[in-house]
Parts: sequence; structure tokens; C-alpha cells
Amino acid sequence: MQWIRRFYASTIGKKVVMAVTGLLFTGFVVGHVSGNLLVYKSPQALNAYAAFLKGSAVVLWGVRLTLLASVALHAHAAYSLTLVSRRARPESYDQLDRQAGTWSARTMRWGGVLLLVFIVYHLLHFTVGSVHPSFSHTDVYTNVVTGFSVPAVAVFYIVAMLALAIHLHHGVWSLFQTLGINHPHTNRLRRVFATLLAGLVPLGFVAIVLGVVLGWVH
Amino acid sequence: MNLTLRVWRQEHAQISGAFVTYPVSDINPDMSFLEMLDVVNEGLIARQETPIAFDHDCREGICGACSLTINGIPHGPNRATTACQLHMRFFADGDTIVIEPFRAKAFPVVRDLVVDRASFDRIIAAGGYVGVSTGSAPEANALPIAKAIADRAMDAAQCIGCGACVAACPNASAMLFTGAKVMHLGLVPQGQAERSDRVLRMVDQMDAEGFGGCTNYGECHEACPKEIPLEAIARLNGDYLRAALSSREEDAA
Repeated sequence: MQWIRRFYASTIGKKVVMAVTGLLFTGFVVGHVSGNLLVYKSPQALNAYAAFLKGSAVVLWGVRLTLLASVALHAHAAYSLTLVSRRARPESYDQLDRQAGTWSARTMRWGGVLLLVFIVYHLLHFTVGSVHPSFSHTDVYTNVVTGFSVPAVAVFYIVAMLALAIHLHHGVWSLFQTLGINHPHTNRLRRVFATLLAGLVPLGFVAIVLGVVLGWVH
Repeated sequence: MNLTLRVWRQEHAQISGAFVTYPVSDINPDMSFLEMLDVVNEGLIARQETPIAFDHDCREGICGACSLTINGIPHGPNRATTACQLHMRFFADGDTIVIEPFRAKAFPVVRDLVVDRASFDRIIAAGGYVGVSTGSAPEANALPIAKAIADRAMDAAQCIGCGACVAACPNASAMLFTGAKVMHLGLVPQGQAERSDRVLRMVDQMDAEGFGGCTNYGECHEACPKEIPLEAIARLNGDYLRAALSSREEDAA
């Protein structure tokens, strides 16, 4: 197991961990938004889907623990790499003109912190229910409607989804580079893929919040 | 041309430096940036002041010695151009030009604009080589290499080790430099024997020198006077991952 310690100690090893966990999150949010859009079908459809997800305790907790461990790894690697980078330039430039680097690339760190805060809140809101005004463990549909009827909560969710869009725009593109995938045949494709995901996934989530706010979902 | 220079002056690494402003007059637009600094230094020497220390050697864009950050861009505003090949005609009369050293913990300031880039030498010494048998040269055509592969290896081999990639990187990462060598030697058959060991050792050394991590901004490629592609970093990542999973050299660390 010496090799794992050496791997994770390196800057590239941590990047790879962030890329692999990031890929996992990407798959998760795509599944999450696809299922949640059932809110537009009917209350029964969403509640049946929620019950299906909770069907097997082993699978449910397996997925939950994998995701939680991935969040912890992703955040630790990011924090540790940020410290390494800060230390790498103790004396800053009087001026350093950015020539490349998208806006999304520059906001990865603080955007990530915002997403971490959001994830904690989101779990307390819709999974644990402790910050929800009237939480039910079975009636997910009503939880959604009453949850997003609080204006401040709706605004926070929309802001977090903007952060998710920006994070995905750089992250999904960047993770391929980190996994060694950079080829003229696929470089345009991964830019398009990342931009599409960054647009569609948060749009789907925001559509649910707005659906409640505008009264389409009630 | 008349210019105002704001130049970083620092006597040595142990004391802090500061910007000093120098008005400069009668600069010929056909001078190179370094020739302009030569003229400024002649003036300083004539006034019994200490000349501005800056690195230079070939002055034809191939040695990688010059290391100036000019108006916030390593090697200045011209693409694929080292500071020595940057000419004063690209500036306008009356401009203020800010000149700083390449800034990174792994590039300590020696004096003024001169930084110590021995950390790059140590990364190369850790694995940026191929082992060959001594004696007579092998038959040149015995080892076929596809033209496309040879071309890409040459693109990566163009790196002159100037450090502009580190200087431009918001993380002060040396991955484009390290990746260029890993890509160059990893593409050709001569580099295969040490390929796995090379990347593990070079990355270990790169991290030990105190360079930052890569976040794929792409600033390094923009600053690179030899336009080393970002593919070099992808190959570094891929080779490192493969080597970490497959290497059996437990003592390589």
C-alpha cells in the first residue's frame, strides 16, 4: 500500500483523485436531475421514484457512503493542492496578466466551497429534514413544494445551481486532461460535452425550483 | 523612444526587494528588449549606480536564459517570443514598462531580475534522460520511428527550460516543463526502458522543489516561447497514473 501513499502525496495523484471523484459526481448529478424532473409528471411518479431509490438499504447506503467519501476526498485534495499552490508563490506579482484561463477555471476553488456548503444544507433540507419546515420521509413531492415555497431557500438553491454550472464548465473539461485524455479527435468534443452538461444539469434543477416559485408545481 | 521603466531591484534572496522607476530616453525602436536594458545599465554605470542584473546568454531565442516578466507577461506581450527576441518597436513612445523577475518559491531571486532555476536541472537529473550504451554510434536506420511521432516528440523537445510556464501559472506549477520532457522521451522508442521510472521520479522531484499543482488554466502554454502544447501535461498525467498503477520499483522513491 506504499504506492497509494506515494500516489496521493503527489500533486498529480491528488488531481487524479479529484478527476475520478468529479466524474462520479457528474454521473450522479445527471441521474439526480433526470429522476427529479419526475416532479413535472405527477406527485405519485416522484414519490414512487423516491421509494424505489430507498428500496434496498444496502444499495442506498452503499451509494450514500461512496458519495460522502468522494466529497471528503475531493475537498481534501482541493484544499491540500490549494495550500501547495499558495506556498509555491510566496511573493506575488505587481501585475500578472491572464492570457488564457476561463472565468470558470478561476472560480473553481471558491465555487467549490460554495457547493460544499450547499451540499451540507441540501442534505439537512431534503434528506435529514432538520432545516425543512414540514418534512415527511415518504411524501417527497410535498417536501419539494413546501421547501421551495420559502423565498430565501429558492434563491439559495438557484445561486448554488449557478455555481454548479460554472464548476461543471471547467471541471468536466479539465478531468479528461487530468486522466491523460487530450487528443485532436476528442478535444472539441470534451469542450462541447462539458459546456452542455454545465448548461443542462443546473437548468433542470433550477426548473424544479422555479416550477414551485411560479406555481407550476403545487 | 522615451519610456518609463519600473524595475524590480533586490540585492539578494534574503532581503526584500522593491520597484525602482527609471526614466529612459532615446531608445532605438529596433533594439531588442535586452539591448534596451544594456543602454539603461550603461547610464547607471556612468552615474556610479549598480546596474540592473538580468539573465541572458544566446540572445537569439534558443537558450532559455532570459527570465523577465514584462508588463505582467513572462517574456512580454509577443506570442512565442523570448524577451531577447522582443523588440522595442512593439512598445509605444511614452509607455511605462513594468519588469519583474519570474516569481516562484522554486525560483529564488539571485539578484534583481535574475532567478535561480536549478530546480529545473534537478527535475531533469531525476529522470529526464535515456540510458545508452557507449561505443560506436548505432546504425541510424535500425530503429524506425513514424514521422508523425517524431514530429510530436520534436515539438515537445523544443522546450528551452526558461521557466515562463511556471512564471505565468497562477499556481506556479512546473507541469508543462516536466510534461514536455516526459512527452518527448515517452514518444520515442529510446525512452521506453525508463518511461515508468522517469515519470515517477521527475514528478517526485517536481513536488519536492515546491512547485504548485496544475488546475488546467492553460496560462503556461500561452506564455511558452516554444508553444509546448497542453497535451504534454495530459501525457504527464496519463504516464504518471499508469506508472503508479503498474510500477514494481518499490525503491524508486
